[in-house]
Amino acid sequence: MRVNKKTLEHVANLARLNFTDKEKEKLMLDMENIISYIDKLNELDTSEIIPTDHVIPIKNIFRDDEVLDSYPKDKMLMNAPSKEDGCFKVPKVVE
Amino acid sequence: MSKTLSIIKIGREFEVSVGMEYEMIIGLEVHVELSTKSKIYCSCTTDFGGDANTHTCPICTGMPGVLPILNKKVVEYAVKTGLATNCTIAEYSKQDRKNYFYPDLPKAYQISQYDLPICQNGYIDIEVEGKTKRIGITRIHIEEDAGKLMHDEHEIGTLIDYNRCGVPLIEIVTEPDMQSAQEAKAFVESLRAILQYIDVSDCKMQEGSLRVDVNLSVRPKGQKEFGTRTEMKNLNSLRSIVRAVESEAKRQIAVIEDGKIIVQETRRWDEHKGISYSMRTKEEAHDYRYFPEPDLMPIVVDEKWKEKIRKSLPELPDARRRRYINEFGLPEHDALIITGSKALADFFEDAAIKSNNPKAVSNFILGDVSRILNEKGMEAEDIPFSAEDLAKLVGLIEKGTISGTIAKKVLEKMFEQNKDPETIVREEGLEVVSDEKVLAEVVKKIISNNSQSVEDYRKGKDKAFGFLVGQAMKETRGKANPQLINKLLKAELDNKIL
Repeated sequence: MRVNKKTLEHVANLARLNFTDKEKEKLMLDMENIISYIDKLNELDTSEIIPTDHVIPIKNIFRDDEVLDSYPKDKMLMNAPSKEDGCFKVPKVVE
Repeated sequence: MSKTLSIIKIGREFEVSVGMEYEMIIGLEVHVELSTKSKIYCSCTTDFGGDANTHTCPICTGMPGVLPILNKKVVEYAVKTGLATNCTIAEYSKQDRKNYFYPDLPKAYQISQYDLPICQNGYIDIEVEGKTKRIGITRIHIEEDAGKLMHDEHEIGTLIDYNRCGVPLIEIVTEPDMQSAQEAKAFVESLRAILQYIDVSDCKMQEGSLRVDVNLSVRPKGQKEFGTRTEMKNLNSLRSIVRAVESEAKRQIAVIEDGKIIVQETRRWDEHKGISYSMRTKEEAHDYRYFPEPDLMPIVVDEKWKEKIRKSLPELPDARRRRYINEFGLPEHDALIITGSKALADFFEDAAIKSNNPKAVSNFILGDVSRILNEKGMEAEDIPFSAEDLAKLVGLIEKGTISGTIAKKVLEKMFEQNKDPETIVREEGLEVVSDEKVLAEVVKKIISNNSQSVEDYRKGKDKAFGFLVGQAMKETRGKANPQLINKLLKAELDNKIL
């Protein structure tokens, strides 16, 4: 698969990353290599195989509907880069 | 009733206002907060409100290295909803990550279900203008709710409260089977009634427990292809849904009539201004890159588990409505309104059985009880007296202890005082006066004070008789036995004529 500039910019935008044109050239090559490496898997015939959602064969791991104490607010906000009125604070987002 | 009428009127108005006839196609996505005690993947409480970030822990705030564990009740409630809405329950389903950056979602992904939802291919029957219509349900899946953002106009930042983050949701997606605001409203009402009956959500729209997104397109009548649709987000009242649907249909028709093209987009409804506006989200934002959630194992609902949940289902609104028509002889319309709310139906049924007079109970509930609830802004859950008290009130009328007019007054007092109707009637001296001696005095007084009416009656004016009866009732403040007043008055007048 050819990775063009548009694809790379789309992926970068989804990951909120910014690159210079020089970086983009290098990353396009990297991405192309990664994809062709993974493409090798397409050579296998998997038409008879059920898709593997999980590699471990276990199911139905549940907890009961019980309330336990939450964390103290101060502890929850301890790592917040910015906080105000007991809330996490981030740069203004406008919908 | 008057509400329904005004909607129909709006619908007709816009059909008349355009030359070509259009029809609208509506599909809904309904998000419902489940009434579990704890969150979907951690043990924090789901209680509404509370100080900001006091219902949080490292799991629901997406701290690195934590592991979510699914709340079993969430699966049971989703399956219960699926069974109550005629869905096929998936024997095998899984959870997926839906990736997007928005600060209400601290992990930068929402755990949801993509290609293998828990329920599929169901339906609900709705009633609109006396006709039954089947609305298809495409799927029902489980997911987690997001946190609450607070924007301050003067501030440069956005504040976040993650108390709601991780509260379990089910998303119910319908087929594009609705064609009017009334049908969309009827669907939400029917769905809400079912969810309340099976007790999986409190469905409080004003608290955001039930939120509706409307997908809507229009097309010239007779055209087979769908028009381009828009999506309106987070409508949190039935009134908003109706207004938003009517407004968006009008807007789309105007765009088409103008020779322009409808843009597929998400729009936000402004309830105050009564208009929707484009949210102008970038197209990239819709690339969610779903992939299987590696931290959560598949959900397998075997036949045994499914049947156990099926057996726990209570009587549903449809079945209850049919029973009220057959067993209690209620008219279709009355049965539909009463069974629309579980609390109201429970109250009705209890009072109907205790009084052995379902029709009288139903008249009270649909008439004065509903009127008083409306005036006080209360719900059926908030009725301050018991069903037994209402049955007693009906009994007092049947026995002739009080008149229908007095019963209305007693009912008003039952809403205000914590007393049963018998006590109220006794304390306020509201019993019907059937003492012939007392009433004969009243009749004499009325006749001597209203000589003109007596004269009119003599000349054959029937109206005058009614007036005199009214005066006698007024004199006794509504307490006189009307049959007795009639008899005594007639005897006295005819006696005078002779």
